[in-house]
Amino acid sequence: MLLSEVSNSGFFSLVPLIVFFPAIGLLINIIFGGWMKEKAIGWLASAASGLAFVVSVLLGYSLLEQPEGMVVPFADWINIGSLHIPWQFRVDTLSVTMMLVVSGVGTLIHIYAIGYMHEDVRFKDDLKRYRRFFVFFNLFIVMMMILVSGDSYLMLFVGWEGVGLCSFLLIGFWYDKDTLGRPSFANAEAAKKAFVVNRIGDFGFILAALTMFWAFGSLQFGDVFGKAAEVAHVMPGVIIAITLFMLIGVTGKSAQLPLFVWLPDAMAGPTPVSALIHAATMVTAGVYLVARSAPLYTLVPQAQYIVALVGAVTALFAATIAVGQYDIKKVLAYSTISQLGFMVAAVGMGAFAAGMFHLVTHAFFKALLFLSAGSVILGLERGHHHLSHHEEKHDEVFDPGDMRNMGGLRKQMPVTFWVYLVGALALAGIFPLAGFWSKDEILADAQLHYPVVYILLTVAAFFTAFYMGRQVWMVFFGKTRHEAAGHAEESPKVITVPLMILAFLAIFGGVLNLPGLHTLTSWLEHTIAGVEAGKFDFLVAGLSTLLALIAIYLSWLLYGRKPLAEDQLDPLKKMLGPLFTGMERKWFVDEIYWAVFVDRYVDLARFLANVIDGRFWHDWFHDKLIAGTYNWLSHVALNKIIDTRGIDAFFNGLGELTKRASASLRRLQNGFVRSYALAVLFGVVVILGYLLIR
Amino acid sequence: MIPLNYYLVISAILFALGVLGVLIRRNPLIIFMSVELMLNAANLAFVAFSRAFNVLNGQIFVFFVMTVAAAEVAVGLALIVVIFRTKHSIDVDQMSALKG
Repeated sequence: MLLSEVSNSGFFSLVPLIVFFPAIGLLINIIFGGWMKEKAIGWLASAASGLAFVVSVLLGYSLLEQPEGMVVPFADWINIGSLHIPWQFRVDTLSVTMMLVVSGVGTLIHIYAIGYMHEDVRFKDDLKRYRRFFVFFNLFIVMMMILVSGDSYLMLFVGWEGVGLCSFLLIGFWYDKDTLGRPSFANAEAAKKAFVVNRIGDFGFILAALTMFWAFGSLQFGDVFGKAAEVAHVMPGVIIAITLFMLIGVTGKSAQLPLFVWLPDAMAGPTPVSALIHAATMVTAGVYLVARSAPLYTLVPQAQYIVALVGAVTALFAATIAVGQYDIKKVLAYSTISQLGFMVAAVGMGAFAAGMFHLVTHAFFKALLFLSAGSVILGLERGHHHLSHHEEKHDEVFDPGDMRNMGGLRKQMPVTFWVYLVGALALAGIFPLAGFWSKDEILADAQLHYPVVYILLTVAAFFTAFYMGRQVWMVFFGKTRHEAAGHAEESPKVITVPLMILAFLAIFGGVLNLPGLHTLTSWLEHTIAGVEAGKFDFLVAGLSTLLALIAIYLSWLLYGRKPLAEDQLDPLKKMLGPLFTGMERKWFVDEIYWAVFVDRYVDLARFLANVIDGRFWHDWFHDKLIAGTYNWLSHVALNKIIDTRGIDAFFNGLGELTKRASASLRRLQNGFVRSYALAVLFGVVVILGYLLIR
Repeated sequence: MIPLNYYLVISAILFALGVLGVLIRRNPLIIFMSVELMLNAANLAFVAFSRAFNVLNGQIFVFFVMTVAAAEVAVGLALIVVIFRTKHSIDVDQMSALKG
């Protein structure tokens, strides 16, 4: 008993290692990576992430016995006046759930990336990039761990910004190319866009933190949540302000309306990045933030309703866009936005357990889908490579991510096909895969509390099933629409094994929180007080499954029965016309943002640069006013008037006077001895005369 | 006994003549002679006073004056010789190297 107690608290004190293992991994790769082989670099990074996973498992094990968790102090951080923010880790059921997802899925994706980035090395031939990739990847794990394990909003913010940085670095990983590998700044632009849009969200986060500090005098979770009810009683407006500012942060990081625009462009990064950062972990940080701030949100139902509505609208909005996309990763990107909408809606409604449940299952199947999509892309690249070796077709621009170039890959890439199918069905919410359970828990909660949200989410779920059906039919069934697809090959084991593990998780992930058992809910209950276990509603589940099946049937009618031929228009385009164009063009949100914000901002910047800075500040104020006045002062006033006419003239005048005086005096000295003698005589006479007269 | 005033008048006339000589003539020899004239005019005044007041001081002074005059002439003549050697002329108006 004593021993187990020691070992229990021992496990808790291991928590800094979840940050340190990946940090050590990245340091080794930075310092010694230059001497290491490609394989070693990749496996080292994977091992660093894997060790973090082991630590997370140990923490989870300790939590089984001590479910209330522990705060592990690590170091003093900020100590200014009354502000004390120590650097301490919070181990509770919520944070450990996140740790397990981040490090678990993260490790699988690390391993996958060993294979994926190997192809990158082969085609782009730069080992330094390979190392850089894994350094960034480990850095991301470090930052994500800080985010989920921090015990204060400030520590969370450090991680929040850190993962934003990693996201920026990895989206722009091929910064000198566009998504098709041509030299361009497109990828760098995408990275910049993600960074800037995230800054807007982060600004909201900062406002929330500052308001919180003003109202509570602290940023520690414990202090804030302890005083929350009291403060809400005195000034409820402040809590609403904090939660809504926080919502801005959430919309930025978790790609919700109106700040979701960066996520589709983020697909410019390598596919493992899309899977890890832009599907499974980083984008769920917003969901985690809301779940973590549950004690605040539950105090203000108005804010909760807004959050739920934002999530639900985003879920539907993004799902419609996903229907009109041709890029395999873009479909998944919009699907991710939509699913994040589900989660945000869930945590907004107060169904924190359902939201976290969907977060976990989504991490499984969306990582699976992205990684399989990466495998498909690699397959097509191999096919294209194979082709261009045989025929001299180097100039042709080939997009390995365009689903119109695919078709019939079922036979060439069987493993990828099956795991993709699992992921797609899980996402569509087909019984008994993971997505079914988590999505239906959200829907059941929504149906109980917010009918509007329920309707929005159900329609979104219908679209979800439809676009996934469309994707699977287009990619894996029918005939190949491009020769490259005909020559596609299955990916190596290092890629397919993580896929199989993820597929397994996507199938059985629902076990975490089966209706009636509610393992995850009771697990999270220790951290988030008052989480009600969702009631399983057969009507809701039946309806959504029915809708999903109808959607899949519809997609079969359109894309499966008569497969798309080469260069054929999308059948939906004929049926829906401009509506489909809207979906295809993302409802013109980017264009609207450009017209309304970016162009205006550029105009403003131009105005500031040209008129205010250039003409007023530089030309007029500096050049004319300051430099002009100075020039006038020095040149005209000081130089010409005071110096030349005053001082110079005075001293020149003295000299002139001396010259004139001496010139007139020299005439006396005429050189005639006799005139000198005469002068002496006169002198003597004058002196004598004076003496006499005196 | 001739009164003192007569001597003094003669002495003054002689001195005036010496001054005129120095101022007017351009030949240094004559200038020197005029200078001698002025010195001797002074000597005459000394002697006359000595005699009138019965003190020997004036007579002694005359001896000094004559000695100094001899020395002065010696130096002056030497200068004139040197000037003649360099300028081949002893016209005092041409000695104007120090003209301003």
